[in-house]
Amino acid sequence: MIKKILKNPKLTADEKAEFERLVKANMKRAYFAALGFLGSHDLAMDVSQDAFIRAYRSFKTFDNKRNFFPWYYRILKNLCLNYFRDSKNKREVTFLENVKNMEDSSTPEDFVENEEVKEKLESAMQQLKLEDREIIMLKEFQNHSYKEIAELLNLPIGTVMSKLYYARKKLANEFERLV
Amino acid sequence: MNERFIILMEKFFENELDEKEKLEFDSLLLNDHLLKKEFEEQKRIKEVLDKMKLKNPSKEFWDGYWTSLYNKLERGIAWIAISIGALILIAYGSIQAVNQFFADKQTPLIVQIGTVALVFGIIVLIFSVVREKYFTSKHDKYKEIQR
Repeated sequence: MIKKILKNPKLTADEKAEFERLVKANMKRAYFAALGFLGSHDLAMDVSQDAFIRAYRSFKTFDNKRNFFPWYYRILKNLCLNYFRDSKNKREVTFLENVKNMEDSSTPEDFVENEEVKEKLESAMQQLKLEDREIIMLKEFQNHSYKEIAELLNLPIGTVMSKLYYARKKLANEFERLV
Repeated sequence: MNERFIILMEKFFENELDEKEKLEFDSLLLNDHLLKKEFEEQKRIKEVLDKMKLKNPSKEFWDGYWTSLYNKLERGIAWIAISIGALILIAYGSIQAVNQFFADKQTPLIVQIGTVALVFGIIVLIFSVVREKYFTSKHDKYKEIQR
């Protein structure tokens, strides 16, 4: 029944199956990319799914000889930018966790201290321009290679390295200011 | 900033320096205290970043992700069908109502003129809002970011 409702004359059954496979293969990267932009679990889920819905509607235009994620990432980024434009200063900002606090050996004092560092880093990240935050998120938290980032942002690898350096420098300045 | 230094430093952080590059990087750090200072600053913030990771939702969240997306797709199609159906019914109902209204000889002329003006005003208002929305979307500052 659901399959019938979803029947889209534009897509063949194989294409729909391929889309489902691509969603399942990329949903984590999609969610974390949205989380990096938006800083909220609920928003990250909604916006990453909305981007998949748009991708589904435009799936005919996707060149399957190319990587899906860079194509999808542009849709996602566009939606995130629209969100920023429409709702400034309404963001919840808790997207990080301190690895040290997940260790059993962490004392209550360490826990509080580590939480403070985490909160300051989150605040410092929020002070950055979107493009600086984006590149730090992609490299430091989503562990994309320079080559992958270059493909996602459509930049040469040398430029990615340079932008990453300057973004980290700005982050260091913001972080030092808060400490 | 020395672009070559930035590339070497990034490679250092990724453990991708070969022997020759390692010697070049060490030499730059040894001979230029400003570069050394930059390196130390980057290393410090890297250490902070390395202690953090993005919050990972539960296994149940990932298990339900596709189902939730599937439901949204399904509802999107349902909303389109509902909207089309509602528009057709409203349009049909409006035409019928207008026909009956003007066919009724007992309706005073002034009321008929007032009704025509009201409907005309509403149509102009809707047209104006739609045109404004269209104009805004054409001049969207994020328009260059296309999917």
